[in-house]
Formats: sequence, C-alpha cells, structure tokens
Amino acid sequence: MDTKRETPPPAAGRAGMKKELPEQFKDYRHVWVFIELERGQVHPVSFELLGEGRKLADKLGVELAGVVLGPPGEATWHAIAEAFAYGADLAYIVAAPLLEDYRNEPFTKAMTDLVVTYKPEILLLGATTLGRDLAGSVATTLLTGLTADSTELDVDTDGSLAATRPTFGGSLLCTIYTLNCRPQMATVRPRVMTMPQRMDKPIGRVIHHEVPMIEEEIVTKALGFLSDGQSSNANLAYADVVVAGGLGLGAAENLKLVKNLARAIGAEYGCSRPLVQKGWMPADRQIGQTGKTIRPKLYIAAGISGAIQHRVGVGGADLIVAINTDPNAPIFDFAHLGVVTDAIRFLPSLTEVFTHRLSPHSRDKLAN
Amino acid sequence: MHIVICIKQVPDSAQIRVHPVTNTIMRQGVPTIINPYDLFALEEALRLRDSHGGEVTVLTMGPPMAEDALRKALTYGADRAVLLTDRHFAGSDTLATSFALSQAVAKIGETFGAPDIVFTGKQTIDGDTAQVGPGIAKRLDLLQLTYVAKIVSIDLDASQITVERRSEGGTQTLMSRLPCLITMLEGTNEIRRGSLGDALRAARSQIVTWSAADAGIEDLTKCGLRGSPTVVKRVFAPTARAERAEQIDTSEKTPRDLADELIAGIFSRQPALEDELAFVGDD
Repeated sequence: MDTKRETPPPAAGRAGMKKELPEQFKDYRHVWVFIELERGQVHPVSFELLGEGRKLADKLGVELAGVVLGPPGEATWHAIAEAFAYGADLAYIVAAPLLEDYRNEPFTKAMTDLVVTYKPEILLLGATTLGRDLAGSVATTLLTGLTADSTELDVDTDGSLAATRPTFGGSLLCTIYTLNCRPQMATVRPRVMTMPQRMDKPIGRVIHHEVPMIEEEIVTKALGFLSDGQSSNANLAYADVVVAGGLGLGAAENLKLVKNLARAIGAEYGCSRPLVQKGWMPADRQIGQTGKTIRPKLYIAAGISGAIQHRVGVGGADLIVAINTDPNAPIFDFAHLGVVTDAIRFLPSLTEVFTHRLSPHSRDKLAN
Repeated sequence: MHIVICIKQVPDSAQIRVHPVTNTIMRQGVPTIINPYDLFALEEALRLRDSHGGEVTVLTMGPPMAEDALRKALTYGADRAVLLTDRHFAGSDTLATSFALSQAVAKIGETFGAPDIVFTGKQTIDGDTAQVGPGIAKRLDLLQLTYVAKIVSIDLDASQITVERRSEGGTQTLMSRLPCLITMLEGTNEIRRGSLGDALRAARSQIVTWSAADAGIEDLTKCGLRGSPTVVKRVFAPTARAERAEQIDTSEKTPRDLADELIAGIFSRQPALEDELAFVGDD
C-alpha cells in the first residue's frame, strides 16, 4: 500500500530542491535507538542498532541515546546498563508497571512523549513485530517519515539521514530521505547490521521521564503469552550454520533433503521467498529481505537462484556455498563456493559425507 | 457488522524485470494481482461476516486499473467495492497513503455505516513496509492489532474482541475493543473460491469510484508527493561482488566425490568450522 514504490520521483526531482528545515525542527538533535525490552530480555537487534547509531552520532558530532520503555525492576535497569555497554552515551527511561507487556497504546504514548520533549533528529528501531507496530504508530502521530527495513544507514554532507533499502520486490536499492520533518525514523531488521563489540562501560547519564498513564485508561489488555520455546525458528536469524532450499528443489517433499543436511551438521534450515508463497514452508523460515536476515559462519543455498531479495538477507554470511543447476544463476555472483549440479541428487551425498566426516568414530581414526 | 478491508493491486513481483542499462522497472506487460498478504485479511473479513452477519466493503487506492483488483475481491464474496483514485495521490509515501485511505474509510463510514473492524494485510509485496495499516489506525484513532494470527472471539454487544497476535518468540493474547484495525498474518486461512453467484454479481457490480474531493479530502497538501515526508533520492542496482564464486569442477565426478571436494573447500576456508560442526553433531 505504498504507492511511492510504484512511481518514485526522478532522482533529480523533488529531492534536489530541498527546502530549509522548518523552524520548529531546527533544535532536533542527537541519535536515538529504541532498546526493545520484552519479557525481561533485550532483543539483540537493539545492540546492532546502537553500533550503527554510534557511527551516525559520531559523524554528526552528537550524542547517542538508548530509549528504554519497561516496568520498574531489575530487567529494565539491566537494559540501560547494556545500552551503555553497547555504546550509548545516555539513556531515556520511562518506567511504569503498565509497560510490562508490549501494547501499542502505552508504548506509542511513551515514545511520542519522549520525542516531543527531548527532540531527537534520528530515531532507529528494530524491524521486529514489536518495532514495526510501534514505529508506524509513532511516525504517524508525529507526521514524520519512516523508512522500513533499511539495509544501510548513512549521514549525508548536509546532515540528513540517508536510509537505503531494497525496493520493487528487491530488484533495486533506493536511498530515502526525510526532508522537512523530524525525527528521521528508520527500522532495521535483526542481523542486517553487525553486532558491535560489547564494552566494559557501565556508566552513562540516565534521564527518567514520567508519562502520565494509568492502566484503567489503556483499552487493550494482555491476557497471556505462549512462548515458541527454544527449538523454534526464532533461532534461525542467529544460527551459526544455515541450510536453505529454493525452487530448484522442484517439489515440497524434497525439502526433507535440506532438513536432513541441516540435522546432520547441527544447522538451522530455511528457504527462499517463492517456497513460502507456494506454501511449502512457513513464512518464519523465509530468508531474505522480507524474511529473516542471517549472518551465519556457513550458509548453504540449495536450488536458490539468488535474487537481490535473497541476497540482502544472506550477504553477511562468512562463507556462502551455492548449489544450482544454472551456471548463470545470480547466486554465483555473491557465493564464495559454487557447485553447478542438481541439488536434489547432490544433497543426499553431501549429507552422507558430512555425517561420515563429522562422526566421532571417523574423527578418532583421523586423530590416530 | 460492517467490515472494511483495504487491499492493494501490486505487480506480480516474481515477474518484474529491471532494464539492465537504465535500471528502470520494465512495467509493460507485468500482470497485476491483489497483494497476496491482503487475501488473508479478506478471507478473515468474509468469515466474520458469514458468522456475525453484516457487510464487507473492499477499499483500494490506485490508478483506475486497480478496479480489476476490486472486482476480483467481489468474486470472492465481498459486498461492496470502493476505488479511491485521483492524480493528487501520485507519489504518496506511507504517511500520505494512510491519510488518503483513512479519509476514505471515514467517508465509507458516513455513507454505508461505521465499520466495526478495518482490516489490512500484514504488508505488501512491492513496498514491504507494513506501515500503512498502523498509519490508518492512528489517523482514525482506532485500536491497533497487528500480526493477528487468530481472532479468538468477538462480542458485538460488548464491543469486545480477543485475538492472538504474533510477537517475537511467541504468541500474545490481547483483549481489546471495537472498532479496531487488524493487520492479518499470512498463512492464517485460505481464500475461498467464490461462488458462481458472486462471480456474476462481481461482473455486474458498480464500483464506487471516488476522487479526493468525493472522499471528503479538502487538504490536498497532505496527499501525494506533497504530503510525503520521505523522498526517494536515488534508485540504483546493487554492485556485484568483485569476484564470482569459485566453482568446483563437476566434470566426471560422482556426487560423493563432489561432496568430498566441497566439504574440503569449506573447511579449508573456515578451518574452525570442522570442530564446531562436530561438536554440534555430538549433542
């Protein structure tokens, strides 16, 4: 529902004739990162964003702040300390019991209140279900621009945020600016940015902000939460080894070849977008721009052609292995190792040889 | 109950081609479809109507040809279709789009009855922002329920709704109040085959077509390019990696030989992996 993607203005069009920033936005300064705290845990994407926010703040010569919304208590104080450890100079905190479970109303109210009071020029959020729910509401309340799923963030010579994201189903990249509004908002998917080094820096300024809210005025009530548990696909984005299948597998039943290999080497498995659209695999196993972004040490893509939409989701992998029958498939443009062969025939052998090589028995023999 | 569902006509993205020299989208002949994510919301809307009674109004904003998407939605069983089309909407970003759609939803409310639920899909396959649903909710001051996997119950008398919502690492159960805006998660249902009666009705139906003025939009500065705080400054093709993949020679090799060679290649590039993989395998 975003018609801009259909008719982007010409590159030298409106963007070229940038108007001066309206007076009321001129004192908006500093870079903020929303620290996503849910059920006592900070989502790692918040730390990835702090790493990115640090670079932007340094370029602009401003401060980097983490924004923590949560109930008063140990987990919330810990989230602040972690924000400092990952590079924040200061933290804004709204601590209230009604921020225990994520709900759109109180979180939107707290965040917009903070923004209006302290005026950041840039606000970054993780493109999680929580972050996207919140970002859309906050941006609309503030009537400012929001760029979803940015894959690259930079500061232009005039200090504007340049947020780059894939567009047109991932065939092209576009760089988006928020011209005359503040803050400039962007979301970034988990794992798109590298995790910064954690520092031993537990100190920073903490600004407590009170937002008058009472539970009775919040319409939506959280009745319960059912965790996916440890064995779930939640691990895919942060897995060290990932095996994925694409249309080259030919049929839904051949996905077991991918799962077998994944099991043999202790990997998570996933798929490219067309397989989700065909209903062969659930959407939360999708790897790519509109699915999960992964940064494993080893990524094996079987029967995946490698459209940009997929590429941006796996580009951060240390080693990409591609198996595809088509020697001209775009995946060979960004894979490190390639095998031009039929994945359906090849995967069982690969699984077998891996299993043999990794079994304790054969390893003992090699050691002797 | 009255349900409004917002859909978008999108190019069938699998078939989009980029001109290799000019980096522009080659649109000619690309078929259009209803955004696939919207079909889950449409089916959910139709099911609610079937069980609670009432009407489903489908709304889209787009060029005149977007009427095709609305007619398709009618064949699935929607009761009414509204097309919001005006040159002033050209170049809208998500903020401007949510403004125009929210004005149209309000007008639909005035004309055909206030909606109890406004549905959207989770996101579109061309923009992929997931921002327009929340934008409409905020502008209409509707309670917002995103990534809904299941509508557990609706009590129309008490204006109460309970849903299961996808969140990070689990499912959240929320109780809220009507009217609300729901963005429906994919894979939650399957769009029905419309009946023959619906198909005939869809072909004959008059699509309600509104300009900005018809929808009661007075402030055109909130529409289209002028109403969009974001601008696309640069569109470009991604740069290729300097070198292509090192290909393993496949000639006259059995799959086993190939596997041996590939695994050797993996471990020579990432020596630490051999121990890590083995460790996992021993679990």
